[in-house]
Amino acid sequence: MSDTTEAPPEAVILTINGKPVEARPGELVIEAAERTGTYIPRFCYHPRMEPVGMCRMCIVEIDTGRGPALQPACMIPVAPDMIVDTEGEVTKKAQDGVLEFLLVNHPLDCPVCDKGGECPLQDQTMSYGPGESRFVEEKRHFEKPIMISEIVALDRERCILCDRCTRFSKDVAGDTLIHFQDRGDQTQVNTFPDHPFASYFSGNTVQICPVGALTAKPYRFKARPWDLDQAESTCTACSMGCRTLVQSSRNEILRHQGIDIDPVNWGWLCDKGRFSFESVNSAERLGAPLMRDGAGLSRVGWGVALAKVAAVIKEAKAERVAVLGGARLTNESAYAWAKLAKGVIGTDHVDAQMGDGLPAELLLGLPRATIDEACAPGGTVLVLAPDLKEELPVLFLRLRHAVTRDHARVVEVAPRRSSVSELAAMSLLHLPGAASDVVAAILAGSSAQAIGGIEPDAIAAAGALLAAGPVTVILGRPSVGESADAMVAAAAAIHAAHPEVRFLSALRRGNVHGALDMGLTPGLLPGRTGLAAGASWYREAGWATVPASPGLDAHGILDAAAHGKIDVLILLGADPMSDFPDTDLARKALAGAGTVVAIDDFLTRSSEHADVVLAAAGPSETAGTTTNLEGRVSTVAQKITPPGTARADWMLAAEIARLLGADLGLTSPEQIWSEVERVAPSHAGLTWDLLHAPQSRDGVVVGRLVTAEAEPVVLPSDDDADIPEADGQAASPPPGPSRPALLEYVAPVTVDTPAVDGYSLRLVATRKLYDLGVATQHSPNLAGLTPGNDLRLHPHDFDRIGIAPGGAVTVTAATGSVSLTAFPDAGIPNGAAAVVVNQPGAGIGALIDAGATVTDVRVAKA
Amino acid sequence: MTVSDAPLIVSTRFDLVGGHTLEGYLASGGYEGLKAALAKAPTAVGDEVKAASLLGRGGAGFPAGTKWGFCPPGVWPRYLVVNGDESEPGTYKDRLLMEKDPHQLIEGALIACYAIGAAQAFLYVRGEMALAQERIAQALNDAYAAGYIGKNILGTDFSVDVVLHWGAGAYIVGEETALIESLEGNRGMPRLKPPFFPAAKGLYLQPTVVNNVETLANLPWIMSNGGAKFAALGAETSRGMRLFAVSGHVQKPGVYEVEFGVTTFRDLIYAPVYGGGTRDGRSLKAFIPGGASAPWFYEEHLDIPLEAGAVGAAGSMLGSGAIVVMDDTTDAVKACWRVVRFFARESCGKCTPCREGTSWLEKVLRRILDGHGRPDDIALLLDVCDNISPGIAWPPKQTTICPLGPSAVSPIASAIVRFKDEFIALCGGTGESPVTISGKAYLPMPTEVAGV
Repeated sequence: MSDTTEAPPEAVILTINGKPVEARPGELVIEAAERTGTYIPRFCYHPRMEPVGMCRMCIVEIDTGRGPALQPACMIPVAPDMIVDTEGEVTKKAQDGVLEFLLVNHPLDCPVCDKGGECPLQDQTMSYGPGESRFVEEKRHFEKPIMISEIVALDRERCILCDRCTRFSKDVAGDTLIHFQDRGDQTQVNTFPDHPFASYFSGNTVQICPVGALTAKPYRFKARPWDLDQAESTCTACSMGCRTLVQSSRNEILRHQGIDIDPVNWGWLCDKGRFSFESVNSAERLGAPLMRDGAGLSRVGWGVALAKVAAVIKEAKAERVAVLGGARLTNESAYAWAKLAKGVIGTDHVDAQMGDGLPAELLLGLPRATIDEACAPGGTVLVLAPDLKEELPVLFLRLRHAVTRDHARVVEVAPRRSSVSELAAMSLLHLPGAASDVVAAILAGSSAQAIGGIEPDAIAAAGALLAAGPVTVILGRPSVGESADAMVAAAAAIHAAHPEVRFLSALRRGNVHGALDMGLTPGLLPGRTGLAAGASWYREAGWATVPASPGLDAHGILDAAAHGKIDVLILLGADPMSDFPDTDLARKALAGAGTVVAIDDFLTRSSEHADVVLAAAGPSETAGTTTNLEGRVSTVAQKITPPGTARADWMLAAEIARLLGADLGLTSPEQIWSEVERVAPSHAGLTWDLLHAPQSRDGVVVGRLVTAEAEPVVLPSDDDADIPEADGQAASPPPGPSRPALLEYVAPVTVDTPAVDGYSLRLVATRKLYDLGVATQHSPNLAGLTPGNDLRLHPHDFDRIGIAPGGAVTVTAATGSVSLTAFPDAGIPNGAAAVVVNQPGAGIGALIDAGATVTDVRVAKA
Repeated sequence: MTVSDAPLIVSTRFDLVGGHTLEGYLASGGYEGLKAALAKAPTAVGDEVKAASLLGRGGAGFPAGTKWGFCPPGVWPRYLVVNGDESEPGTYKDRLLMEKDPHQLIEGALIACYAIGAAQAFLYVRGEMALAQERIAQALNDAYAAGYIGKNILGTDFSVDVVLHWGAGAYIVGEETALIESLEGNRGMPRLKPPFFPAAKGLYLQPTVVNNVETLANLPWIMSNGGAKFAALGAETSRGMRLFAVSGHVQKPGVYEVEFGVTTFRDLIYAPVYGGGTRDGRSLKAFIPGGASAPWFYEEHLDIPLEAGAVGAAGSMLGSGAIVVMDDTTDAVKACWRVVRFFARESCGKCTPCREGTSWLEKVLRRILDGHGRPDDIALLLDVCDNISPGIAWPPKQTTICPLGPSAVSPIASAIVRFKDEFIALCGGTGESPVTISGKAYLPMPTEVAGV
């Protein structure tokens, strides 16, 4: 929460401990006091939740003109002429009394409690309350601890019933799974029988618990707080960019804690982001390069492995080398690989996306929204995205807050019911492939007939909702069962009708937005500029070459590899066997490519087929920066060293370049970033020092940089980028050509969706938070949480197809078939068949044809 | 000893066979008050209730007509919530009203809805009162069928729906904000006032009037007979008739409707038509004048009239109208423990001082009774009381949100001050305590008050 040093003109003047204090109208006494240097003790108060006044620790004497009375400072807003006494005898006795009460039933088992050393109850017992308890009766007893979910343990004896965990779960996360039960001193927090605390956000309750009542398995009995070393970093489990505190001891990551930054995560993390550090510590991590010989993959020295990679690249023609992946990398590593691929090797067959994203030109060309803009109070949000709770969990929390507290309205257009549906003012669940038609009809405000299963009155109502207020669009790929075409067309239609509307990307992979910004996508160069516009600039900046024409995207690369047209396929942290929607094509590509080089942390379903595997550093093992879905650049910290001899991705790029006879000139993350800042047109002014300055803790959004003079850095956008600037303007540091123009929005070519035939169902393929990805599967406490797969159909479709609910079925598409169990689900549109990809069991990728606009399937009794 | 010959108002059907049925109710003048009310403007109904000086009968004794006026103008919808969660130990008057005369309550609720402009009323009936729930449910069905509830009541354009809600067995839900939480489907825990004064932000954060069962049961009579006639009964600020539940060591425990403000405690406990004197004619040790939360009264308070002001001036309250009589066989420490145990068990768990403090007090008292008293225990009990209710004053100050915590302080302060020797006998020591006790009823009775 940002503090203002100057009180606004309408400031409320009150007296705290005899001193006049200026406060913001509506500010709570506890906040005003803390801001002005008077700490009032508290347990239940949390700045990101509604106060409840339960613990009574913050009780102080407040006089509003009717005489002093003891009031909870966390519940009372400031008022003019209010007199607050936080130090008087009455206050002191009451607070001491409360603290003594809190300890009456607290077991005081600090020596065996994980919270010891960082415990608010322990700390405040040192400052308040009698030194010795007068309680000589028997304390209450509960079984301790009990597992209330697969991850979280609850010790009810330690609990002081502050309502933080229960309030968080109910008000912030919307997961009403833990509750107060019983009464009096038997009051306890617990789950209902058979309803475990299976929330994606359960780790937050552990973090905000003011005692050791809630602990999480990954950290239980692992360390003492004073043994932890910590660094601020940014989570890259998804593209939200939550700020985290990475804590380690003896070169092992032990815990992630959320940091409260205003524009992004407000202190919250999802459990995947919080606990998937276990995978970083996994014994399965690659600590040395591997190379294929007669017996399979064997350990080799770095010199051998890198020489092999350089040799196969050198042998191949540039257009027969392809780089797939890069969303796992830091910005610096992404730039190094872009420079290696495009500037040294000279190939433009580079794509950080895995065929499940959106075209980079569209994403980078559209006006971008920040999270705050999308979640603005009173705004309207059009969600054209996958289930946010499954793919961008903390964005779901922010959107939920906007709806439940700030009167924002959500219109969801989706092919199946999602977690956003329950927040939405309107949820239009349409037949897959129809999104762009539905959006076009909403923009028109009416429709004569139903579109994609959406009735005309629903379309008119949604149109009226969107016409009512400022609209932001959250744009992603709701289903990988269809191509990006419908989303592209929908976005284009919105932009054409309302150029002022801003878009928030919902692409999910860790640093995919940074990878796109750094040019790991066909047709673009680092800094959001095109090949043609930036060619001379980059050559001038020291790049040996720049590809002449746009290369292939992920689908194109895999297709070419499958047809034997790729000699060297480099998997840059990519696992197409798991992540590319069309598994069949991925398999053929790995088989068809001449040499497959994988740069990875683990042997995955893809890298196990590689010829050379280069062991890469993972999260918290490389310093640098990352870019979130807003385009916000923030720092990531190196906290531990990589296992074995695994190396940072940028180092591998530099090594390979060196063996190819080129010098990337990149020697450290800081030095790489200074080159990025110098050459990437969109990143001018975003210096390493600025990003690491205390005021940049929140990160800096590309294109929104505000300088000290409160003026945005003006980026040159001359159409003719090749003409050098006049001498009079020689202030720009690099001589030669001026910075190339930023990518401009170009209306995309749209594709029509074929009609579905009467016997088929149209496939909706979505993701779940816990899947077969390495972050989940190599984290022992998360690996078992994958929900598995089944087929969901609208209840009405069962009779039509002649199958029974709960019955085994065969789902057949043009490319293959899988066996699943079918269940009715009223959240699936009539005529759609919903599945989840990348789950244990049936491989849905067998059904999806990456070249088709939509996937039609037949469902029959098995 | 005087027994008023004032007419009964709310208990006329207590002994009437079939009085709880619609037929019985109509045959005995039922729904005439509603007709009279509907013939007036809503504001005139409110004025009539103000003229009657009807005090709320739930415990706090706030003027009903004034309470209605607190709804902010122009904010709709508004709700009427009927507090039928009567659970104060010794209090069972509302149960009789609900069991014996459900239509009278419904009629009163409809009149209140009309006066405040509510189209929806919620009848919250305590979970354990099965017969009351059954009879109210039947009465609601009959009243709906006969057109007394629902759309266009009695042919007017006044429409009300009434919802019957069963409590789940929590004393705290008798507190109005906790009751609202419970009605909303949440755990019954009080809300902090301010900002949640129900009249402004109540049920679903809409203006809400929460009235006690007996308060509403008076309305049909007031409408039929006029507020002035009601106000002519009683004395001082306490007007009309009022139900008192007499229990404990009396010959004839029961619910008696007596003239408010005129009848004295002595009348109620000793008059043959009421309590009929103490059990076996033993001497009176103490009595609780207004429910378990109230500071105790003693022999010297017997001639105080049942009048809110006079009882308040003497340092206690009429509260819920429950008078619990203790004769000289009563063990003061044990009586105190029994009351405290009730509050310790019923603490909702929200505020630390109440949740931990009341159960701590209960455990100390239990230990004393078990023969393990310590010399410091008296000082400890009073200091814990002081941390729940600073100053041990009356009306109580509190470190909690609602008055439940301080309610456990009253019996302890009463018993320790008056019967200190009984505590010393069990604990030893001198019984000295540094805590200042400022509640008037806990201190020796000044003679001029006793003579009222």
